[in-house]
Amino acid sequence: MALDITAIREQFPILDRTVRGGKPLIYLDSAATTQRPRAVVEAMEQFTFSHNGAVHRGTHQLGEEATDAFEAARATVARLVGAAPDEIVWTSGATAGLNLVANGFKNASLGPKSAAASRFALKPGDEIVVTEAEHHSNLVPWQELAKATGAELRWFGVDDEGRLDLSNLNELINERTKVVAFTHVSNVTAAITPIEQIVAAARRVGATTILDACQSVAHLPLDLPALGVDFAAFSGHKMFGPTGVGVLYGTREALAALPPVNFGGSMVETVTMTDATYLPPPMRFEAGTQMVTAAIGMAAAANWLNNLGFDNLSEYENNLAEELLKVEEIPGITIIGPREAHDRVALVSFVVDGVHPHDVGQVLDDAGIAVRVGQHCAQPIHNRFGVSSSVRASATVYNTVAEISAFREALAQVRPFFGVD
Amino acid sequence: MTQLYQQLILEHSKTPTGRVAKGELEGANSHGLNIGTSHQVNPTCGDEITLVAKFEGDKIADIIWEGQGCAISQASASVMTDMAIGQTATQVTDDNLLFHELMHSRGAGLTDPQAIEQLGDAVAFTGVSQYPARIKCALLGWEALRAAIHQAQLKGE
Repeated sequence: MALDITAIREQFPILDRTVRGGKPLIYLDSAATTQRPRAVVEAMEQFTFSHNGAVHRGTHQLGEEATDAFEAARATVARLVGAAPDEIVWTSGATAGLNLVANGFKNASLGPKSAAASRFALKPGDEIVVTEAEHHSNLVPWQELAKATGAELRWFGVDDEGRLDLSNLNELINERTKVVAFTHVSNVTAAITPIEQIVAAARRVGATTILDACQSVAHLPLDLPALGVDFAAFSGHKMFGPTGVGVLYGTREALAALPPVNFGGSMVETVTMTDATYLPPPMRFEAGTQMVTAAIGMAAAANWLNNLGFDNLSEYENNLAEELLKVEEIPGITIIGPREAHDRVALVSFVVDGVHPHDVGQVLDDAGIAVRVGQHCAQPIHNRFGVSSSVRASATVYNTVAEISAFREALAQVRPFFGVD
Repeated sequence: MTQLYQQLILEHSKTPTGRVAKGELEGANSHGLNIGTSHQVNPTCGDEITLVAKFEGDKIADIIWEGQGCAISQASASVMTDMAIGQTATQVTDDNLLFHELMHSRGAGLTDPQAIEQLGDAVAFTGVSQYPARIKCALLGWEALRAAIHQAQLKGE
């Protein structure tokens, strides 16, 4: 069934606005943050105006309704990724989720309190494996963990097409490897990671796998238990939901073994003046008052995505990816990442010969076109391609082929404007 | 767009005053002058500048810099270099304050005719102040010069 894009666009009031002196908005920055459909905002409004109360405490009716809504939201987001509700930990976003896991390793390394947690204890001689294509949020926490424990940080490189180079898979993932953290989809190259190969190698040596699913969760059907990763993190605001909320997925075994990182109310069983015992996961990892309203919004976004259907979504976005890849027909433009439409999502990063990405972005902005410029929180992959920064256009289900054509037309004017040829 | 990217800015960005090739700064000979250096980075876009200011007494005798960045940042550092050579640290600090004021004018520019005259060619950057995300581009070189002056002053004490 083909999607009715006009009807979808009508659900996003912001797409109707104009920018920079009356120009229709062409929003090609969804990889940074997606716009939100009415359904998400309405769910948050409905909760706020009718059911808001403190969750998991008290006996009044509003408290009960709020708790029910909060836990139903957890179950909804769990379903989106094929998980059980108790495998879903609310976080403030993917960055917080990835840091939570890395800090859990750090706490385990400081002195495991349980035999189970010893699987997360790192020491000199152990190895942590990441990739050159990581967003800073799935790189820097592991750098810090390596520094704190004496473990060695190693990484997969990317080839000239921007795809992960797994030719040294069995050398990189070896019996010393304890952690393998990698992105599902690069937020710069758009390449989809062949997860199965990496997970199989990690399992052979008993390493814990952590997946950054930020750039995939709103574009590809995800079944995290089937993928076999131990942990995965993603954010609400990159999947048509609100900012300030995200999810850490962990298998029951992994979450049960991971030491808690944040301590306080809502995560404890009994507390004395000198000690405390902790609730089972997921609440063990949810100290303090949670972002309940945002969680309701994220669940509404998950429902919205499920209603679209990922088959329809993938087919449509693949078409947009092909349109985006045509930027390389414009003289002076070089794409960073694969040139093929397969095994990628609908985003393309590129450089314009002779014009700095900021200046490219400014000229596009003047035409009403919103793109990302800079390093997209991924300096190493830019270094890999010998550029300091790039321009990134990312599309999703509310974008049209006509918008991408208009983007390419505006882009073709950039070098003439700056007198470069 | 032509209001933002004025001809003067485009010209300076193509042939910036004071910009030297990568690696040339290390070989820079101070000829016995007091020098101050500074390295500034704009972490959101990766733009950077390394600047060396040479002093004869309190006067800036020369400025050289190497960097990479957008047209705005390169042109701004270039115009600044033209302005600052031959001036005292005090005068340059005063210019720097005025330029900051211009950048935070939200497109309105400066009203004091004396201030406008003092800034000279740098007034061409008035359009930048309408774009909050670009102000730091225009200020990158000025920030490097401020830090370089500070370093030279500490050395001179």
